[in-house]
Amino acid sequence: MGASFIPITVFTVLWGIVGIVCPFFAPKGPNRGIIQVVLMLTAATCWLFWLCAYMAQMNPLIGPRLNNETLIWMANTWGNKMGK
Amino acid sequence: MGSLFRSEEMTLCQLFLQSEAAYACVSELGELGLVQFRDLNPDVNAFQRKFVNEVRRCDEMERKLRYLEKEIRRDGIPMLEIPGECPEAPQPREMIDLEATFEKLENELREVNQNAEALKRNYLELTELKHILRKTQVFFDEHEGGANTTESMTRALISDDPNRHIGHVQLGLRDKQESLEFLPCFVAGVILRERIPAFERMLWRACRGNVFLRQAEIDTPLEDPSSSDQVYKSVFIIFFQGDQLKTRVKKICEGFRATLYPCPEAPADRREMAMGVMTRIEDLNTVLGQTQDHRHRVLVAAAKNIKNWFVKVRKIKAIYHTLNLFNLDVTQKCLIAECWVPALDLETIQLALRRGTERSGSSVPPILNRMETLEDPPTYNRTNKFTSAFQNLIYAYGVATYREVNPAPYTIITFPFLFAVMFGDLGHGALMAVFGFWMCYKEKPLQAKKIDSEIWNIFFGGRYIILLMGLFSMYTGLIYNDIFSKSLNIFGSSWRNNYNESTLASNKLLQLNPDSEDYVQTPYPFGIDPVWQLAEANKIIFMNAYKMKISIIIGVFHMLFGVCMSLWNHLYFKRRISVYVEFIPQILFLTLLFFYMVLLMFIKWTTYGSTPPYYGSDDPEIVKTSAYCAPSILITFINMMLFKHDPNTRPVCDDTMYAGQMGIQKFFVILALLCVPVMLFGKPYFIMKEQKQRARQGHQPVEGAAENGTAGGAAAPAAHHHDEDITEVFIHQGIHTIEYVLGSVSHTASYLRLWALSLAHAQLAEVAWNMLLRKGLMSTDYQGGIFLYIVFAGWAAISVSILVLMEGLSAFLHTLRLHWVEFQSKFYQGEGYLFQPFSFEVILDSAGQTEE
Repeated sequence: MGASFIPITVFTVLWGIVGIVCPFFAPKGPNRGIIQVVLMLTAATCWLFWLCAYMAQMNPLIGPRLNNETLIWMANTWGNKMGK
Repeated sequence: MGSLFRSEEMTLCQLFLQSEAAYACVSELGELGLVQFRDLNPDVNAFQRKFVNEVRRCDEMERKLRYLEKEIRRDGIPMLEIPGECPEAPQPREMIDLEATFEKLENELREVNQNAEALKRNYLELTELKHILRKTQVFFDEHEGGANTTESMTRALISDDPNRHIGHVQLGLRDKQESLEFLPCFVAGVILRERIPAFERMLWRACRGNVFLRQAEIDTPLEDPSSSDQVYKSVFIIFFQGDQLKTRVKKICEGFRATLYPCPEAPADRREMAMGVMTRIEDLNTVLGQTQDHRHRVLVAAAKNIKNWFVKVRKIKAIYHTLNLFNLDVTQKCLIAECWVPALDLETIQLALRRGTERSGSSVPPILNRMETLEDPPTYNRTNKFTSAFQNLIYAYGVATYREVNPAPYTIITFPFLFAVMFGDLGHGALMAVFGFWMCYKEKPLQAKKIDSEIWNIFFGGRYIILLMGLFSMYTGLIYNDIFSKSLNIFGSSWRNNYNESTLASNKLLQLNPDSEDYVQTPYPFGIDPVWQLAEANKIIFMNAYKMKISIIIGVFHMLFGVCMSLWNHLYFKRRISVYVEFIPQILFLTLLFFYMVLLMFIKWTTYGSTPPYYGSDDPEIVKTSAYCAPSILITFINMMLFKHDPNTRPVCDDTMYAGQMGIQKFFVILALLCVPVMLFGKPYFIMKEQKQRARQGHQPVEGAAENGTAGGAAAPAAHHHDEDITEVFIHQGIHTIEYVLGSVSHTASYLRLWALSLAHAQLAEVAWNMLLRKGLMSTDYQGGIFLYIVFAGWAAISVSILVLMEGLSAFLHTLRLHWVEFQSKFYQGEGYLFQPFSFEVILDSAGQTEE
């Protein structure tokens, strides 16, 4: 199903650390609550946003429609040299 | 702690202050800034209060200070800022000293100014006379020399017999006998230069052309003593005949504010007079210089202290204003005040009061009593420089009801995030973040500068919002893979070209097929694949599908979050019934319909697509999960609401996305619809039931006010809600229900603005690139370099002014709306009033602003 293990783990763990682990280490003081909320919401929104972009491309229903010049350029620079 | 989540708990306190200690205590409280005094004599007008005299004296002092300040400004002497700490409010007895000082300064200054003005007037007269003597000399010389030229009638008349009349003419005064002989006499004077044409015309008309006017401009400007402006003037001399004309000419001169000066006839006299005038001018100059020096010394001395004095006087005035709010005890020995105080700060306030008593040397300590009240306390959220900007965004909509959930802490992130969804562009976001960072980094120096421009102050006040908006825009820009409408290819695209050369040569446009080797079958790991930026033909189709879906997903999560906030409110205010008949049906309604739609989107993303080993297979099992069979979410959702079942037009495909979809959907819709009557009748029903029960038991004053819906902390005001008309409850609940049900539909649709704005932003950025910078980049040779230089300037200007500023503003406003309407309508009442403590800091700030 189009998903790949590494990026999903990397980004989920990354934002998980920000949103779940970091709040425990927020500095004590009157602003601790605010800092925790900020961290958790940042992680939640950023992770959700990344996830949507990732999942929307996991199983593309259409492919990009490209100019032939662009395709030649793609073949030359992104590898996969074109056949005769 | 955590007062930003809910406003502070406030208590109403009564304060008994000894008359002697009252002033010192109030001054201490003003330094603290945590107490809001209530007016205890609202019916007494301002002139009948106890400390009117003191307030009036302060006003008088302030007036004197303003006069001093004006004079200091006029001389351009720099006023020293107060070094370090603000001065404390002085003791009442110091007020007399201050008054005396100001009185003395003012008098001195006024005297000096008066003297200076008189001297200047004198000086002006003398200079004018000097000029007259000099210029008229020229006229007379002409007459004597070129006497026989007859250019005009008047001229001829005057120059008729120069030798005869010169002896008789004297400063416009002459006796009748001579006038009979038609001897011309003259007046000389000085007039403002711009009045000359009108003056000349008037003279001509009024005297029917029987006068002769000569004028000459004074080259150097003269100072007007009353306004100290520099004005240009002209010297004139008028020749005429006869007394009648003389009076007329004089009248006209008067009317035109011309100053007339005596001008002797004989050249020798004139010379002598000129000499006299010169010596007098010199004398005057020295005196004037001394006067100016003295004035300067006085002002410099005052400038050192003036800011300090302003602060002191304003503090005294504020204290007396506050004391005017107090009640006098019957014994006249003490003052009684009522004030709102944050419950957590009672300790610090007690301390401040004790300090005040000690300072005043009074032995009786002040008494601070807590009072029971039925009134709604003010809303007070403790903010710091970071959170205050966000809190102000919320206050701009409405001040939170006392102790209800404050959306500000969540807004700190959701606001920049929603903004960034619309503004997603790494380049533009970076510009914004750099600007925001610069303002935060240079915070102190910028604050000290006190820039007056209103636009700047708005930007500066929102510097942390701008910084966060910029940072989030950079993140969303990375996800959208948009940097000034170009893409980054960091991880390597997931799309490959598999067409061979001949196909490429014969087709202009070619589409890559995801169900083949063209797509590597795992997506680009972070954000949108860079290939889409190149696909000019169908990039928008793909991006629209993606952005519309994320708008709805984000929107539904945001609204669910808002509804959950209402649960905290219900729990806090102990509205148990509201949890059952409001919160639960509301969240069910939203979840069953709209969150279900979000789930369908995720199902569609995961279910339909290519099947790696069997590219382009015709096997019906594989086709069913291919792109060919992917249903439209919108159509599915509409059909679900209408209980309609469209047979799939594509015969191979399944009718549903998963097994049992139809049944589940019907169940969801029916359950959601059942929530509506619960929301509509639940609460009125329980209130009615409760009323009946109470009627049966008879009135009990302190029962479960909790069931009713108003503040749980202050139970008492709920007492009269019990008796409110049941029809009113029905209407109220009806409105709320309709608002919520219709709102969920329209609010969900409203989140599509996230898609619309971000599409518009991306397209505008692309247009700017293609129409401008691309043209410049494509040009060659050294002329191309120059062309690119110019084009880049245009592109950069458009990028900053339109794409960052204007688009940023519009995205900001849309974000604000999404928060105020779509998010806050779910839980926020905003019917409170703001806690406005008596604080010197606030008073001095606002006084400083109105003054500028």
